[in-house]
Formats: sequence, structure tokens, C-alpha cells
Amino acid sequence: MKVYIPILVLMVLAAGFAAFSVVAGTIMGPKRWNKAKLDAYECGIEPTPIPLGGGKVPVKYYLTAMLFIVFDIEIVFLYPWAVTFGNLGTFGLVEMVAFVITVLVAYAYVWRRGGLEWD
Amino acid sequence: MSLAIALAGTGAVAAAAPGAIAAPSIEYSQLAPMLVVFSAAVIGVLVEAFVPRELRRAIHLLLTFGALVAAFVWTCVIAASSTIFAKGSAGHVAAMGAVAVDRPTLFIQGTILVLAAVSVLLIADASHDVSSFAGQAAAVPGSTEERAGLLAGLVHTEIYPLTLFAVGGMLLFPAANDLLTMFVALETLSLPLYLLCGLARRRRLLSAEAAMKYFLLGAFSSAFFLFGIAMLYGYSGSVSLASIASEASTGAGSDTLLFAGIGLTGVGLLFKIGAVPFQSWKPDVYQGAPTPITALMASCTVVSAFGALIRVFYVAFGTLTWDWRPAMWVVAILTMVAGAVIAITQTDVKRLLAYSSIAHAGFILTAVISASVQGLSSSLFYLATYGLSTIGAFAVITLVRDPGGEADHLSRWAGLGKRSPLVASLFALFLITFAGIPLTSGFMGKFAVFQAAVNGGATPLVIVGVVSSAIAAFFYVRVIVLMFFSDPVPDGPKVAVPSVFTGTAVALGALSAVVLGIFPWPVLALASRAASQLFVR
Repeated sequence: MKVYIPILVLMVLAAGFAAFSVVAGTIMGPKRWNKAKLDAYECGIEPTPIPLGGGKVPVKYYLTAMLFIVFDIEIVFLYPWAVTFGNLGTFGLVEMVAFVITVLVAYAYVWRRGGLEWD
Repeated sequence: MSLAIALAGTGAVAAAAPGAIAAPSIEYSQLAPMLVVFSAAVIGVLVEAFVPRELRRAIHLLLTFGALVAAFVWTCVIAASSTIFAKGSAGHVAAMGAVAVDRPTLFIQGTILVLAAVSVLLIADASHDVSSFAGQAAAVPGSTEERAGLLAGLVHTEIYPLTLFAVGGMLLFPAANDLLTMFVALETLSLPLYLLCGLARRRRLLSAEAAMKYFLLGAFSSAFFLFGIAMLYGYSGSVSLASIASEASTGAGSDTLLFAGIGLTGVGLLFKIGAVPFQSWKPDVYQGAPTPITALMASCTVVSAFGALIRVFYVAFGTLTWDWRPAMWVVAILTMVAGAVIAITQTDVKRLLAYSSIAHAGFILTAVISASVQGLSSSLFYLATYGLSTIGAFAVITLVRDPGGEADHLSRWAGLGKRSPLVASLFALFLITFAGIPLTSGFMGKFAVFQAAVNGGATPLVIVGVVSSAIAAFFYVRVIVLMFFSDPVPDGPKVAVPSVFTGTAVALGALSAVVLGIFPWPVLALASRAASQLFVR
């Protein structure tokens, strides 16, 4: 059981920090109204109870975020491969090229279907 | 103190890491069936991106059928290979223990490939003036965009690569030899299916609802499965099925983790085969999805999920039969009884077949529970025969049409036998097969699974199975009576003349129902040869 104590400590610290930040923010923070604070933040969804246009959400943000995640994941795999490139040799190169090709194909599809055009 | 040890531990790992990784080896030739299907799917995406609209369908058809046939031929070549199955060995573990290439897997993969090819016949059929798929799924139903898209003649040819991705996942799912690979395969097969479910041309809201329900419940069950993997990893320190089995046989470690792991992975797998109490998605999804996709799900997905379920319970939990058997008894009884009883009240043909599919999953479970060679071989035979007749039945449903699409409601089928005797007779044949009347493949399958269950000491289960078969026979016969002995409805549905595609699918289904009912021995022998060594570890 002893080995779990550091995890427990970390959880308590994390929970404590979250609670402290929220409480301290509401008590000490200035409350000045600003329209920008109610604007969409990264997700493209209007944070209002009665959304404009019947709750339709522009899909652009979603597409951009999705593309970002695809390349993010690609880097997650490319980075460790670059570190152990010497050990993995030809096998690693072939596998990695195969992986990059699949990502590239998806990218080509998004590009041809107009996923990269903002308007 | 413990903190210091933990820190020292991570330091040691970090120091040892560089230079310690050896290049793994992958047996590409043994994984070729899956690689062919996945490559064709990726090429299909490229076709979508670069080929002009009017050429896409033809290229996709060529690519899809080519890939399925090539993969099937390669599966047969592997099965005949003497290097993998030398001196009656159980098989081979490929890709560093991630994928098993053994006899049952090859049988299941071959079955999936045949069933997928027949389902693609239905998917590819665009002869009823249009295909079963929406022209522009992103357009809101009833909107001006939708109308503009219809006028422009838009079609979604993405269905072909999506189907191939799903089929690739289905091939990997029963072959996965560790739980992580199995989870990746589960997601690979599920995600394209969620999309395909929402692409129906008619009754689009129902289709979208089906896709949404399938997606949410599927994600929920995947979470169960993943949590089960975590528990089993906590128990055995490995995700490999063989390591979990060897750890469980020593009896060391925490039983709580082990049983929680069995239960949670079991929930994830039973969800995919639609066993009660994890069946609630099945009627809604089968009803709402485009009928060709329903056929694909009712045949290939069920075969694949049963393959994975049997592998996990036979290999990883094979030494714990006495622990999981009581729970599986309850699930099997509930599945058979609930599937048969609730089906009686259904008024929609596709929902009726969905509940019938639930009942059939229960029948196969009775054989799976025996955890024997016979249990495995009879399940394999049942899955192969049931898959073919199911696709045939759904193919007939695509033919009986109202002006607004398929005539799903049972009342519309009244008197069909008087106006279209051939189509009605074929549907009656499929229903008789599902009911398990002698001289049909359904009877041989049921006989085999019940025999395996009796030999496995599950006679009470077989009694429940026979009683639910009788209940099920009642509603199958009711539909037959409705078709042949009721007066036709005045403005009844039109029966479309089948195109070559749908015609072939119906003919193959009907042929399998009759031929495998009278002369089942080749397939039975193949299934028992496939099962004779059980799974490779």
C-alpha cells in the first residue's frame, strides 16, 4: 500500500489546488463585464441559453481541431521513433513511412473536400 | 521513504531506456488478408479525394470486391500452408504476439470475407432508381440544401472505403491475441459502422437517431471493455491473453481485480453480439440503419464479435470456466427468452429480425458456454450459415417497396404471397431457416450447438433453448401466414425486380439455406477441423 501514498498525495494536492483557484478567483477577482468574455472560445459554440440559428454550430472549429489532433498524434509517434531511429533501422523506417502515408491520405482527403477553406 | 524509492525507480527506467529497444518483427505474409483490406480502404479514400465524381462508383466497386476476393484467397492460402500448420499445430502467433494466425481465426476471417462480399452486393445496388444511401448526409433533412443535393445527383461513395475499414477491423477483432490490439480492432470496426448507420436515404431522422444511439451505447460499452482491460492488466501485469491465462492458473494476485476484469470485458464483448441485458441498441439500430448496412452488421459484425468473445473466454479465462459459466448461463437464458418473446410483439420487419438476431445470439452462447472443441466448431458452423441466410432476408426486405422507400411495417406485407409468390416464398424460406425447421441450414446449426451444449453438461440450457425456439417459430410462422393467407392490402407495396447484385445476394442466401440444410457435411467438417486444436496461445 505504501507505494500508492505518493499518488494519494498528488491527488490531494491537485484537488486542493483546483478548489483553491476557483474559490480564490471568485472572492478576489474583479468582476467587470465584457462582451468578449461571453464569446466562443475555441469550440465555436455560443455560450448563450437561446443560441442563434436554432443551436446550429459552425463546423469549422471542429475541423481545424480535428486536423490539429491528427498531426499532434503523428508527432507523438514520430518523436520516439526519431530517438530510437538507429536501433529500429529499416524496419522502423518502413513502418513509419506507412504510418505517415495513412495520415497523408487523410490530409489529402480533407484538403480536396475543402476542409482547409475557412469560408 | 516510498517516495524516494519511486523516484529512484523512475530514474533507473529512464537511464536504461536508450538503446534498449530492439526492432520487432512482423510476419507480413500472415497478416496479408487484413493488410489488403486496409490498403484498399486507404486507396479508396484517395479515390474519393482525386477521382472525378462520375468515375468513383465503378472504381470503388472494383477495389472493394478485388480486395475482399484477394483477402479471401490469401486466407485460404494461409490455411493450406504447411509451415504454419505443420504436424497439426494449432497455428502461429504473429506480430510479436499481437495477432494469432490459427485455425479458428482463419475460419472466422474467411466467413467474414464471404459475408462482407455478399453484403457489399447489397450496398452497391443502386437499381431502385437510387441507392439506399443519402446523397448528402450533412444536409439537414427536409432542407433546401438536401433538395439541391438531390437535384444535383450527389451520392456518397465514401460508403465503400468505410465498409472496407469496418471489415478490416472485423478481421482483426477475432484474431487479436492481446487485449489492446483487440480494443483497437473493436474501435476500427465500430467507428465506420456508426457513420454508415446514419446514412439512410429515406427516413433520415430515424437513421440519424440509430447512428447516435449506436455511437453513444457503443462508446459506453467500449469504456467498459477498456476498464476491464485495465483491471486484467492490474491483475496479471500483461494484456496478452496467454499471460492472463497463466497468471490466473497460478491463482496468485487479487481475485477482485480478476473477476472485475472478466465481468467488464465480458460486458464490452456481449454488447457487440447483442446479448441481453446489453441488447437495447439492436432493434433501434437495425431498424434505422440503411438495410444493406443492417445486413452487414447482422452477419459480419456478429461473426467477428463472437470470434473475439470465444477467444477471450477460451484462452484468457479458459482455466476459470467454473467461475464465468454461471453468469454466462444467466445471460444465455435471458438472451434466448427475451429475444424470442419480445419479437412476438414487433410490427416492423427489421425490428423483428433484430430480435430474432438477439435470440440467435443466445442459441450460439449455449454452445460457447460448453468451452469445448465441439462448442467452438458448432458455433463456427452456426455463424457461417446464419450469416448467409440473414443477408438473404435483409436483401428481400430491400425489394418490398412503398413509394417512400422500403415497406417495413408488417401489415404492408399482408398477402404478399398472392401478388409476388417468388419473393414471398424466398422470405418464407429464410424465416423457416431462422426457425430451425429440419432440412434447412438453421436446423443443422441449432442441432449442432444444442448437441455441444448437452455434451458440455448444459441440458437445462438446451431445454430453455428448445422452448424459445418454439416461441420464435410462432412469430416466424405468423409472418408466413400473413404473407400467404391474408388478403392483400389494397395499395400494397410494389416488389422491385431485383438487380443482378441483390438477386445474387438473395440467391446465395437461399442456396445456402437449402444446400447446407440437406448436405451440411463439407462445412461441418471444415468447422470441426478449424476447431480441432482450439486456439493458439
